[in-house]
Amino acid sequence: MEEVKLMKGNEAIAHAAIRNGVDGYFGYPITPQSEILETLMDERPWNTTGMVVLQAESEVAAINMVYGGAGCGKKAMTSSSSPGISLKLEGISYLAGAELPCLIVNVMRGGPGLGTIQPSQADYFQTVKGGGHGDYRLITLAPSSVQEMADFVGLAFDLAFKYRNPAMILTDGIIGQMMEKVVLPPMKPRWTDEEIAEIAPWGTMGKPKGGQPRIITSLELDPAVMEQNNFRFQAKYKQIEENEVRYEEMNTEDADYLFVAFGSSARICQKAIELAREEGIKVGILRPITLWPFPTKRLAELANQVKGMLTVEMNAGQMVEDVRLAVNGKIPVEHYGRMGGMIPSPDEVVIALKEKVIK
Amino acid sequence: MKSEEIIKPENMVYQPTHLLNETQMHYCPGCSHGVVHKLIGEVIEEMGLENDTIGIAPVGCGVFIYRYLDIDWQEAAHGRAPALATAVKRLNPKKMVFTYQGDGDLAAIGTAETIHACNRGENIAIVFINNAIYGMTGGQMAPTTLPGMKSATCPDGRDVEVTGAPLKISDMVALLDGTCYVTRQSVHTTPGVKRAKKAIRKAFENSMANKGTSLVEIVSTCSSGWKMTPDQANKWMEENMFPYFPLGDIKDR
Ligand SMILES: Cc1ncc(C[n+]2csc(CCOP(=O)(O)OP(=O)(O)O)c2C)c(N)n1
Ligand SMILES: [Mg+2]
Repeated sequence: MEEVKLMKGNEAIAHAAIRNGVDGYFGYPITPQSEILETLMDERPWNTTGMVVLQAESEVAAINMVYGGAGCGKKAMTSSSSPGISLKLEGISYLAGAELPCLIVNVMRGGPGLGTIQPSQADYFQTVKGGGHGDYRLITLAPSSVQEMADFVGLAFDLAFKYRNPAMILTDGIIGQMMEKVVLPPMKPRWTDEEIAEIAPWGTMGKPKGGQPRIITSLELDPAVMEQNNFRFQAKYKQIEENEVRYEEMNTEDADYLFVAFGSSARICQKAIELAREEGIKVGILRPITLWPFPTKRLAELANQVKGMLTVEMNAGQMVEDVRLAVNGKIPVEHYGRMGGMIPSPDEVVIALKEKVIK
Repeated sequence: MKSEEIIKPENMVYQPTHLLNETQMHYCPGCSHGVVHKLIGEVIEEMGLENDTIGIAPVGCGVFIYRYLDIDWQEAAHGRAPALATAVKRLNPKKMVFTYQGDGDLAAIGTAETIHACNRGENIAIVFINNAIYGMTGGQMAPTTLPGMKSATCPDGRDVEVTGAPLKISDMVALLDGTCYVTRQSVHTTPGVKRAKKAIRKAFENSMANKGTSLVEIVSTCSSGWKMTPDQANKWMEENMFPYFPLGDIKDR
């Protein structure tokens, strides 16, 4: 029988990393995600799976350690919270440019600047619109439970290696800190060097005997060649958009109105749906699980069914822009949000639905 | 003797390492980078490590070292090579891992990564090309630019009152327990080249033996950046760089 455990979302990430055979974790403490590094240090996986866990001197160093590990075809990851992710963006752009698979976890807190240690979703733009320089995309998974925190570690690495692209788990201080029941993934051994040579033959492990040297780089000074590289990236991104969109729908079958919310905001919307339906308002929710690629097609379909949509986000209105692009003016799309670490209540959300969308 | 005769095996007295490929280097006349590339290739070949080495390239004039030396390479962001090398070596403890970095890369933007990799005693070798200038971006002031020395961003000469004194980063990291070998060499004379090669070999052996961090500083010329002929640059280096950056071992344990 599967063993059910009670733990924080951050702890689930750490345990899932060990169980997914991650080779290296490199991080720097910042609230509200330090339990990831602390749990890993406490588990001492270097004694069991051989996983390397290192506290780096900064987030800049940590993401570049991830680059080094990923460049060897190893499973490398880091985690941080908003200010630390800002520091990692240079490295993330290089990882995307060198087409290196890895996992970055952002347990978001309120900004801008040093901001607050309370939960937020204000790094949506930063994550799905670039953040770092250049035309790149980050595969972005948004868990809404501790179970998904555990499950998405493996999924993120699967997608990252499938497409040779960095992946991010974009979550917030609520999911990171709250305790829930979780079934951890089964133990998978770390890849052997022989397996890596099969799975990631591009990884630098010392030039193969009689083979060609392997070079991990994002540099190409010839613009004609650099444009070709970009075409290749864009083709890959298009493939990801076609194949990897994930979302969850609840109460949409008979819905007149739709909430669109991810992560902890989606949890709040679930309660708001109950309250609204008690009042006879038929509302459902689409919860994007992948924020990039975004469930654009499904939202466009739902725009033919519902009369209006409300995005609920812990920010000033970021994802709402992508929902509006998907709906393309067909129906009204409004936003309700709290900022700076404040969390919307289900009642507030129902009032916002009535005032902004139903009118 | 015709060239066909010279290259007959029985007449061959010297041959470049086969790790140095035929790609034409982009370096200016008199530049030290190319000489150090050759030495690195020779040492890797002589140590039999061509299939067990991972090099980390910098951002700076040395960025294309991966085009010239046929080993596995990772190209780092500006200054971050020691962070990459940290992970590469920790995840592959039996491999030889080294970084190749300029003074701007290692001692300005990458100072934190350099010092902390050395302080942790990462089992890597660092080859440090100190030409006292930002060669690649057109000759701006570096952390190691000498007092009074002119550059594109200190046209009246470096004023130490305003921009500080040249950073003696090798002496700094020699103080750290994590470093096992710190040395300063040059490649502008034949005996200098021989000593520099020995130093690189020792640093690479230390990486294989997991003895801690080794740093080999090569006090180098940049005739283009210094606006001198290669010959003038060598003389200028002897007269001005060596007093500030004296050659020899700083630490060997
Ligand atoms: C983040 C970032 N900042 C600035 C640059 C521009 N840049 C490229 S090389 C370089 C300086 C290189 O100087 P040095 O490390 O001394 O190497 P050299 O060219 O002298 O060998 C600079 C500032 C960059 N590529 N990336
Ligand atoms: Mg320089």
